Amino acid sequence: MRHHRPSAPASLTLPARRFSTFQIVWSVLFILTFLGSYRLAQVRPLLFLEPEGRRNIWRFVTGMFPPDLSWSFLSLLGRPIIETIQLSLMGTFMAAAIGFPLGLLATYSLTFAGILNEREMAGAWRGTLLRKGGYLLARALLSLFRTIPEFVWAFMFVRAVGLGPFPGVLAIGISYGGMLGKVYSEILDHVNPGPLEALQATGASRPAIFLYGLLPQALPNLVSYTLYRWECAIRASAILGFVGAGGIGQQLEISMRMFDFHQVLTLVMILFVMVAGVDALSAKIRSAIIGRSNV
Amino acid sequence: MTEHSPQMSGPAGSHGRDRLSVRNLMILAGLLALFAWSYVGTEFSLRQLLGGESAVQILTYICKLFPPDLSTEFLLNTGYWTIETFAISFLGTILAILIAGSLVFFSSRNLMFTGLLFEMEQRRPWVRALRTVLYLVAKAILNLLRTVPHLIWALILVFAVGLGPFPGMLALGIHTGGVLGRLFGEVMENVETQPIEALQATGAGRVQILFYGILPQVLPECLAYTLYRWEVNIREAVILGYVGAGGLGQQIQIAISLFLEHRLLTLILAIYLIVTVVDALSAYLRTRIV
Repeated sequence: MRHHRPSAPASLTLPARRFSTFQIVWSVLFILTFLGSYRLAQVRPLLFLEPEGRRNIWRFVTGMFPPDLSWSFLSLLGRPIIETIQLSLMGTFMAAAIGFPLGLLATYSLTFAGILNEREMAGAWRGTLLRKGGYLLARALLSLFRTIPEFVWAFMFVRAVGLGPFPGVLAIGISYGGMLGKVYSEILDHVNPGPLEALQATGASRPAIFLYGLLPQALPNLVSYTLYRWECAIRASAILGFVGAGGIGQQLEISMRMFDFHQVLTLVMILFVMVAGVDALSAKIRSAIIGRSNV
Repeated sequence: MTEHSPQMSGPAGSHGRDRLSVRNLMILAGLLALFAWSYVGTEFSLRQLLGGESAVQILTYICKLFPPDLSTEFLLNTGYWTIETFAISFLGTILAILIAGSLVFFSSRNLMFTGLLFEMEQRRPWVRALRTVLYLVAKAILNLLRTVPHLIWALILVFAVGLGPFPGMLALGIHTGGVLGRLFGEVMENVETQPIEALQATGAGRVQILFYGILPQVLPECLAYTLYRWEVNIREAVILGYVGAGGLGQQIQIAISLFLEHRLLTLILAIYLIVTVVDALSAYLRTRIV
């Protein structure tokens, strides 16, 4: 950015600015990481110029057209498509069910800091310890749930409870529960404390403050983020089928294994339509929710 | 945000509230219907999960994971695979920047044919048509790259260039290139117009306006988006290993298929470590940049 400074009249020029230590250190690190990674990842761009690689790609691309639109194949797909949608829905429901309670525990303005707690926290060190413990435990669980990719969760659940959509739901529920919980707690931490203080001044109990002060403020954002996650869940559940967790991915894997690229193209097209449709639907609902809350 | 909303300040029986609750009831009913539909369709069973056979199976599996395999040889190998996963995500993100960077200028409407930069240019409609076509082509390419999932790209590329981390890095780069291209495009179409107007008034050419008026505005935000996608990519790099694209994912597949549960736990801990490190690094860099 700084290299493209327009030349200014002499009286206005600043003393020539050196690069800061931050920039130098990170540039060197970047270059070293790049060179190291380049070696490690066995990058061979020339492979694309060799006849064999080109022939393979060409075979794949030309092999895909035309897409397989025969009725015998399409009629197989109704069930997996519906299953994919159900899987993403159920996974998102379960994620919300996991994320909401853990998210509440992981919100520090609810568990141990801020106006809701200042009276109770004064002096009661044992209670404080308990609450901080709950907070830390919830944070640790959420971080464990979301750092393991849903694909790996699905893999393990398939091993544990067998094939089918059930392990897929568990995988999406757990990993998205971790993400939702974290974002829920961030949203709840950033609500406007004014209404909460007003409610407390009227002598409202803690559940009442939560229901009438906190939730109405946070709800539009909570719902909107959950919908966004549902979009991601559709994509994810299409892929989870690769490890045997049901849905359209399973069909994709079978077609891929049998090198039937016509079917692969059909499936990718269906996936495209589904993802685009869900994106549009969810964007519409979200703008309706956020728009209504701003009135 | 909703401090003054009627639900909170109005009396309980007000007219507006009644209408709203009918609507809310309908939304609730719809949600319940969706829930029931997907509950049945996915063979989900809460009873199974909380106390039945599935719960036992899951607990047995968790017990089998412990203790993690901490033999020196395996730890060294895991370290190597972890770095390999890191390298895939790192190079994939750089490739994505290259792809997005080379397409984004063509896919931004305000750089190609409309807005401030082009309001004086009325004479040559065919140039304008050519620019519009270029714009549409760039948009279409970005859409294609983005909507095909990275796992499919990986399958195609493994088929084309063989097993190993190289196809994984390419797949990540291609998919993320589409995503970043779209995000960069949005940033670029929403730049402040005042600096551009000022530059135009001094008689600066379009290329100069691009370098001095637009790029300095968009670079920090584009970098922040790139770092954010890098966080996503480190997770996806793990997944790609499943189709033979190297790194931790491939080892996880081997460990699960061969029932090597102790090793699986070590690998999961390694994923946890590398993802947390990348998240922290990216968050740190983002606060420094923006």
